[in-house]
Amino acid sequence: MVRNDRSAAWKEFWKGVRDELPILLGVTPLGMIYGVLALSAGLSSFQSQAMSSIIFAGSSQFMLVQLVNLGTPALIMIATAFVINLRHALYSLSVAPYLQGLSPLWKVLLSYLLTDEAYAVSIMRYQNGEQGPYKHWHLLGSGIALWSCWQLSTAAGIFLGAQVPPGWGLDFTLALTFIALAIPSINDSPSLFAAIVAGITSILTHGLPYKLNLIAAAIAGITVGYWRDTQ
Amino acid sequence: MSSLWLVMFAVGLLTFLTRLSFILLQDKWQPPHILTRGLRFVPVAVLTAIFIPEILLAEGQIDFSFSNVRLLAGLIAILVAFKTKSALWTIAIGMGTFWLITWLI
Repeated sequence: MVRNDRSAAWKEFWKGVRDELPILLGVTPLGMIYGVLALSAGLSSFQSQAMSSIIFAGSSQFMLVQLVNLGTPALIMIATAFVINLRHALYSLSVAPYLQGLSPLWKVLLSYLLTDEAYAVSIMRYQNGEQGPYKHWHLLGSGIALWSCWQLSTAAGIFLGAQVPPGWGLDFTLALTFIALAIPSINDSPSLFAAIVAGITSILTHGLPYKLNLIAAAIAGITVGYWRDTQ
Repeated sequence: MSSLWLVMFAVGLLTFLTRLSFILLQDKWQPPHILTRGLRFVPVAVLTAIFIPEILLAEGQIDFSFSNVRLLAGLIAILVAFKTKSALWTIAIGMGTFWLITWLI
């Protein structure tokens, strides 16, 4: 019995890893670009790599190395990164019901691993009704797959340095990765409304500081999706 | 540059606590029903809000023209994602289209 439980848990873990793999194609260039940018902003190799494991949130890392370059005061850097990462509170709220009753150690570990890319892949599985007793192992799998990829691609960027040619437009994989994550979750009219309204709002409010347009767009999209759902 | 370590640890801690917040609260506080019903739109709303400015804005300005390669390749990628639901094909064809158009013009 114990053996069966364990193999069922690992099965779910590897499902999470497999579901994350295609996304890594888009994440790898971003990790490399981050490594290059961090070095050119004056961070040491060690600092550049450490940031990827201490913060482990791509968009705020990109913003931070830009701010380092501009000589921004520490407090402003911290506040900016905090606001950029606020969307993770929404992820936390939305994934929480599926992690109910887990031990504190599990919660701490899965929270550390709760990035856009791992969250998106695992929440899609949960929302599609896959909710066995080992569902948290799926998030562990997708999270560790993404974590490993982010650390390795950061290291590759640091190692290759300026040999990653900027002319290739590899930063476009950011948009492609999020297209690959967002579009498959549009499966009915309320979710389509949520996407369209969130997209339009993010453009209309893009002048807001600290990428607050993301929060504005999320709230607008969720509200309209909910409204449409109750029609 | 030594304050950089301070920034890193502060941001790391704040990001971690943001991610932990509701996961930890869940056993003591359940969100009201009206909220949980809206939660299924979190992924689609946030993820779309991230990629739309990436393909539509160039230098902070809305660029709807045919010379916006990111918009053209992005629209192809959206179509592929919609048809195939495959992340691999979406990213590969999207990037391929981007390179092809860049090379053509």
